[in-house]
Amino acid sequence: MLEVLNAAQMRRALTRIAHEIVERNGGTEGLALIGIRTQGVPLAERIADAIASIEEQRPAVGAMDTTLYRDDGGRLGSAARVEPTEIPFDIEGLTVVLVDDVLYTGRTIRCALDALVDFGRPAAVQLAVLVDRGHRELPIRPDYVGKNVPTSRSQKVQVLLSEVDEVDAVRIEEAGDGGE
Amino acid sequence: MAVSERINRHLLGLEGVSADDIEVLLDTAEALTEVSQRDVKKLPTLRGKTVVNLFLENSTRTRTSFEIAAKRLSADAVNISASGSSFSKGETLEDTARNLAAMSPDAIVVRHPYAGAARFLAEVVSCSIVNAGDGAHEHPTQALLDILTIRQHKGRLDGLKVTIVGDLLHSRVARSNLYGLKTMGAQVCLAGPPTLLPAEFEQYGVELHYDLAEAVDGADVIMMLRVQRERQDGNYFPSLDEYARYFCLDEDIVGRAKPDVIILHPGPINRGVEISSTVADGRYSVIMSQVANGVALRMAVLYQLIVPGAEGIRGSTLAATGPATGAAATGVVVADATAAGAAATGAVVADAAAAGDGEKLGAATVAMGGRDGS
Repeated sequence: MLEVLNAAQMRRALTRIAHEIVERNGGTEGLALIGIRTQGVPLAERIADAIASIEEQRPAVGAMDTTLYRDDGGRLGSAARVEPTEIPFDIEGLTVVLVDDVLYTGRTIRCALDALVDFGRPAAVQLAVLVDRGHRELPIRPDYVGKNVPTSRSQKVQVLLSEVDEVDAVRIEEAGDGGE
Repeated sequence: MAVSERINRHLLGLEGVSADDIEVLLDTAEALTEVSQRDVKKLPTLRGKTVVNLFLENSTRTRTSFEIAAKRLSADAVNISASGSSFSKGETLEDTARNLAAMSPDAIVVRHPYAGAARFLAEVVSCSIVNAGDGAHEHPTQALLDILTIRQHKGRLDGLKVTIVGDLLHSRVARSNLYGLKTMGAQVCLAGPPTLLPAEFEQYGVELHYDLAEAVDGADVIMMLRVQRERQDGNYFPSLDEYARYFCLDEDIVGRAKPDVIILHPGPINRGVEISSTVADGRYSVIMSQVANGVALRMAVLYQLIVPGAEGIRGSTLAATGPATGAAATGVVVADATAAGAAATGAVVADAAAAGDGEKLGAATVAMGGRDGS
């Protein structure tokens, strides 16, 4: 098992992403973050907190569940517990930053884009991820990356967040390393 | 997935369905309520899937809500009713089902006047079956949406006192609620005139009351059942007026319940018979949130049954029968049905289903003189 980000490194990476988001969008006007369930939601909250400490204003934060938009229902095994999508603001005309923990094949992001347009027509959609592990299967590219982590497909990337796991860390496990 | 590998999952009733499975359905439904608030009320989840609504008994709410649920998940919904179908030409249920199955639907939602019909269909066709009410047996989706409504308003189910009032004998809604609520840990209390509340109900481990005020005393939830005028050919009570005098829920009686009591009714309401207008439209009434929850709950059921990766529903009444194991599973499941049907309703229909013979089902139902297994 290899730790690629510890708690301090994760905090710095998220702070940097917060800076990049406000720099690129010229502040927080018309900006909203939407976290992809489950791990993207606490990350979106943390980035929003970081933005709030840089700028005057905290951007709105929503949560999205992409389960019902997936095209691989049959391959998920016992997954597929659906959680609520909560977007308590009108996304029409906003710049929406989707936030997720790990970017891998890109299929989750495709689902999220499909889901997003059912809520309205944002002015622009950007993507922030804590870890980009490669192996894209769709033409999707992140705008903000916490850390690029080259992996093989057999490895597992594990993101631990203090909101659920007591510690903040990103680890890589080999296939035979024993479960999570 | 190849057709031969397909595992069929059914929702035939709540008897034997585990608390975990009920919880999954309620949670999924809760997550889906938001979809009805969107501008675009549609998810792509069941795109390319076909849901047949086979309604061989009248229904507005249930059929509409299944149809909307299927459409909000992007499934193609086809509605078939008794009049205007081959049923009016004398085709048996089995033949109709086989013909429908030949068109490869992914699920058939069935309502039928006879107990055991849904289970019978599950045995003869190879797609998921959802019971939308079979005679006086079960109506699981109505009970699930009632249970969801209760959980939303009370925050829990465990330890609640739920009083179900009215025509227990003919009520499939009550029977499904009874199973579901007991599984979820609620204390269930039944009230009605002795003719409509036979002592057999004691076997479910519930309190029976023949006095409405006593039954309502300290209740967290009151669930009123419709007086089924169309099923009152057996003179179960002298007149509607007399029924209303003893079992109409009015403000005075509601005063005996907990101050934060909620009142459910599966509709359609007979105002002034089982419930007074002031109560039906009053602050305790959650009847409209029941209707709103109906769509989300039925979306959850269709999703969990049809999407292969979803958690599905396990439980003794929900046999996962693949074609290969069909024969073995059939025996077990139908034996179950016989027991359940006979115990619950005294019906003989399940016997015919046990023989797996559509014509016999027809014969049995005719012999019953068109009454719902009573």
